[in-house]
This record gives sequence, structure tokens and C-alpha cells, in this order.
Amino acid sequence: MPLIEIRDLVVDFDTGKRVVRALHGIDLALERGESLGLVGESGCGKSVTWLAALGLLGPRARVQGDVRLEGMPLLGADARQLERVRGRRIAMIFQDPTSSLNPVHRIGTQLAEALVLHRGMNDRSAWTEARRLLDRVGIANAAQRLNDYPHQLSGGMNQRVMIAMALAGEPDVLIADEPTTALDATIQAQILDLLRSLRDDGGMALVLISHDLGVVAENCQRIAVMYCGRIVETATVADLFAHPAHPYTRGLLAALPEMEGPVRRLEPIPGSVPEPWNLPPGCAFEPRCLHARGECRTSMPTPRRVAAGHSAACVRFGALVSDQAPQGTRLREVA
Amino acid sequence: METGLETAGSAGVSPAHDAGGTPALPGKTPLLEADNIRRHFRVRRSGWFGASATLKAVDGVSFQVAPGRTLSLVGESGCGKSTTARLALGLLPLSGGAVRFAGEPVGATYDAAWRLQRQRLQLVFQDTMGALDRRIAVGRQIIEPLEIHGIGSPAEQRAQGMALLDAVGLKPHVFDRYPHELSGGQRQRVVLARALILKPQLIACDEPIAALDVSIQAQVINLLIDLQERFNVAYLFISHDLKVVRQISHAVAVMYLGRIVEHGTPDRLFRQPEHPYTRALVSAIPVASPARARQRLLLSGDPPNPVDVPTGCAFHTRCPVAMPACRTQTPELRALPDGHRVACHLAHGDAGLPATEAA
Repeated sequence: MPLIEIRDLVVDFDTGKRVVRALHGIDLALERGESLGLVGESGCGKSVTWLAALGLLGPRARVQGDVRLEGMPLLGADARQLERVRGRRIAMIFQDPTSSLNPVHRIGTQLAEALVLHRGMNDRSAWTEARRLLDRVGIANAAQRLNDYPHQLSGGMNQRVMIAMALAGEPDVLIADEPTTALDATIQAQILDLLRSLRDDGGMALVLISHDLGVVAENCQRIAVMYCGRIVETATVADLFAHPAHPYTRGLLAALPEMEGPVRRLEPIPGSVPEPWNLPPGCAFEPRCLHARGECRTSMPTPRRVAAGHSAACVRFGALVSDQAPQGTRLREVA
Repeated sequence: METGLETAGSAGVSPAHDAGGTPALPGKTPLLEADNIRRHFRVRRSGWFGASATLKAVDGVSFQVAPGRTLSLVGESGCGKSTTARLALGLLPLSGGAVRFAGEPVGATYDAAWRLQRQRLQLVFQDTMGALDRRIAVGRQIIEPLEIHGIGSPAEQRAQGMALLDAVGLKPHVFDRYPHELSGGQRQRVVLARALILKPQLIACDEPIAALDVSIQAQVINLLIDLQERFNVAYLFISHDLKVVRQISHAVAVMYLGRIVEHGTPDRLFRQPEHPYTRALVSAIPVASPARARQRLLLSGDPPNPVDVPTGCAFHTRCPVAMPACRTQTPELRALPDGHRVACHLAHGDAGLPATEAA
């Protein structure tokens, strides 16, 4: 049994004027200790998937489907059950650590609160454990830092504090939603390195939500690519980059500038992402797809098997996989 | 449409401009030249009554931008790259040094000559919603610079606006749309059209694509390259994204705590970075090809507070290969035999240099 299993997750938002569907049936399974990357552009539903799974979306969202943690249903679970799951079994960290921390409480107080709540510790042992956690996430002078307020720490340090807080409940899975997007390049490398080492020695599963294909490629075993509220392709990292099957995945890869080799003209995906209330009737990617046929305009493709552990929601992938990877025109040779 | 823009350019030359100097460029002069520019801010160390201190946001930066070429300034937040651009455009007074644009001095003088210089120096930001007025149709905003500078009749202005809309890849009907009706990528195209309408010779682009989605970023990068070819405009390009910088630049300057630490062509700089900081930056880029996993050079700690810049080489507190001399002697930005410039004792083979020798 997978650790987390999501079946046909559908989310509608009632905006007051209209009901907008944000997720159109997500199927996803996460194994124990696995690292899964969720990639897609803004508004594709990669964050909403996990917020919905944890019941964090608020009253304007209508959530349907089935989310199970080791067989225990999470959707429709009562508040007390969910409280034992959130932070305890499934922890989540977000893009902007400074706004996730309370500015008027000391770092130590906030960490200890999580420990008292999730692990039932008394104040004294919680403070000691908080210090150990800060040490664990690589903060120097942990004992002194416990007395600091969030504004006294840098963005990278605050993200380390958030990770320490997420570890407080010794969760089975950490969901990191764009954890390094607000951070500088060298600090991003530090935080990703920390997440990797935590996963390596803790056996904790990791879900890494990112718009950056590079970030997930380096830190995950498996990737799910999302577009307009659907998963359009899943594969192991190696498979996805060697044999991308969905035209959207292929487009994303061709649109990325390279750091090595000759500088080529980028191949952008034409057009822009459709509004969620104005989706085309067939495949959501069809208006931007260079390989679309008549059937793409009328029916929504279901996920098809490409290879073992690799599926893509595209009727045309067979014709595409055999193609050579797209090659752009060279702008400039490397000396 | 090319001719339409040409007319506008010459119509914009007023008598004051003729008196101000020579807009025509001799062949080899750099278009924009910054010579040892500085910008220091007085700040309080703590609270209202704390001791005052000097924050050296930009501390002795020199560079040149050739006509129709791109110089990128890269570095982490707070390294002074945006301040450098504002100084170079005359939007912020210099604390020291000099900037020349097409042979004329640039400064934050806000006089008639400064206003005329605005026509040829433009600035584009990351936040397009903040750069555009949400109550005015975007077409009006594109041609507004022509109205301000009194260039052309209303019909000519509209024709030029339409022509530029086409040049940045937008349909004519966008002219009457409002900013909120457009996507982020479309808004950045509108901002670029507005920056281009006065036929500037240089545009400073401050993180112009950082807020855009991956698939849209590629569109705007290609557009920037195409517009440069078509209008022969130079870019002072500011970005933290080295992949984008490699794609678009003819020269790259890496900044750390208000100084340029390495300067060269993108091929040389990214293939064989010399400064340990550049090496760390380059190795920190996540690469979307798992087969090519590389050795990662992790820096410890955060950049120091710019109010308390370390003595000697500002990078020595985080540098994995720092020597005793680095703590006391500030390395100058000097050229290696191949012309690549770097400010590092080690790269220049000053390794044996004892700390006392120069002291």
C-alpha cells in the first residue's frame, strides 16, 4: 500500500461569480521514503493538490475524490483526525518562510510549541529538542538563535527554521512548496542540499513542488508534470528527461536555456496558459500544441502507458517519442 | 514602420539637444561608460539613536557597454546590481566616479539635458503591473512618452504605437486593452514597446523575466534578442538567473557586495569561472539533465551585512580557498593574459604573497 494515495481529486472554487474547476481529477501515489517532484507553471494546480489533500483550502473550495494516508481517508475526516495528521504525519513548508513564522515570537518559542503539540513534550525538553533541531538543519549557534526573532535571521535561515519546525513532528512526508524560490542561488543550493540529506538519513518521503525543472531533476526520483489542473506526464527523472512523451513536457525542456554547449535560440511554447474558466473542450494543451490533430480538439486524452512507470496523457505520444529531441538554431558557438 | 520611427527620432531633437552635445557616436566609443562609480548611503546601525554607519551599496564599479550589445550584471540580492543600473542611468546621484553616455556626462541632475537623455536611456522592471497604470489602456501608455516629449501628431503617435505593438508580437486589438486584461508575458511586451518608442540606444532591464512562467520566459528572451538586432539597442541586463544571462549577453559582470569580482564573455565566464564566488554561483544552478550531475561547490553562511563589509577581499569570510592575504588586502579587478578580468589573489597567482609584504 502506498503511503499516500490520491484518487480522482477534483477541486472547484466558488468565486462568487462562477464556479471554477482548479483540479480535474488527479491520481497520484507516493511510496514511503520516495521523493516526488511536481512541476508546472503558475496556476496548474500543483500546490492546490496538496492543500486540498490536507483540508487546507477553506470554505470556498469544493473538494471531491479520495485521499488516503496508509488507507485512512483524509477527505471528510473530522478536525481531530486531521490535526493528528497535519504536521505530525504530513508536514508542509512554503515559499516565503518569513511570512510563515510569527514575527512577535522567538524562534525557540515557535519551535517548542510545535514540539509540545506534536510530540507531547514538556517545555524544558521541548527547548532542548528545539536546539537539537536547529543544529540538525545547519544553523550555527543554535542555543543563541532560539532567542532570536524571525526578522533577525536571513531568508535562508528562516527557511531552515521552517524545515526544523516541519521536522518537529517527525513526519512521514515533507511537502515543500517552492521552498527555494524566494532565496538566492547559493542559499537555494544550501537548502536543497539540506533537504536531500534529511531524506537520505531519515527515510522521510519528500514532495517537491517547483516551477524549476532543474530543481526537481536534481532532487527527486519521480516527476509528475501538471498542466491546467491535470497530470499530463509521470515518469522517473531519468525517463522524463531522456524520453519526454507529452508535447508540453517536451516544450518545457526546449524552452530552457542551457548552461553548457553552444547557445541556441530557445524554442518557446507558443501562446499562453488558458484561463481555468475558459479551457478548450478537448486536450487543454491543444491550442498551443504543434502536434495536435482533430481528435485532440474534441476529447480529453486519458493517461496512457509509455513504458514501465511512465505514462502520458496524449494520444500522439507514440509519434513523438520516436522523433529526435528538438534542436534549436545555434546563436553562438562556444569558443 | 522603420521610417516612421526614424522621423520620430529626428523630430525629437530640439534646439536644447543640439546645444547639449553630439548625439552621433564615433565608431569605437562605448555607448555607456561607468568609471569607478560609488554610491554610499548613511544608515543607522540600530534604532533611531544608533550610531550612523556607511552602507557602500556600490563601491568602485567600472564597466562599458558597446552600442547594440548586452552587458549583464549578475549577483545575489543586495550585491548592488540594481543600484548600479540606476546610477548608470542617472536616476540616483553618484557618491563618486563618473558615468558617460555617448560621450555626455550622466548624472541625476533632473534638468533639460537630463530629460533629453531619458529619450535615449530607458528602464524596464520585473513588476509589470506596477510599471503600468491600470486605469489607462495600454496603447495610450505606449505612446505617452511621445506625448511627453511632444513628438509627432496624434495620428503619427498612434501609428508608431501600432507599429511597435507589432514589433513586440502583440495583435493590434491589444492597443485598447487595459493591463489587467493581459497576461504577465503580454504586459512585459507592452512595457518593452513603451521603452522602445523613443528609439532609445540603451535599455536597462532589471529582472525583466523573473516574474514570468518558464514557457513565457523563452518567448520574452527571444523577443529581447530580436529587438536588439532590429533596433540596435544596447541592454544593461540585470538578472540572478545565470542561464538566461548566458543566453542573452555579450559580456557578464559578477557583483559581490558592491564590487565587480569577475568580468568577461559569457562563454569564458561560465565555462571556466575564476573567482571562487562565480564558481559557487555557477555550480549552484540546478541542471535539468540528471545524467550531467556535477560537483556542487556549497558556500557556508549568508552574504555579510553590506554595512559591515569584511576587510580585504569581501568574499574571504565565505571563500573555501581564502589565504591569509585575503583578509587584509583587497584584490583589484585585473585582467588575466586572455583579457578575462577577475578580482582574486589566487586567480592572479598572488598565492605566495605574504600579508605583510604590501602592508
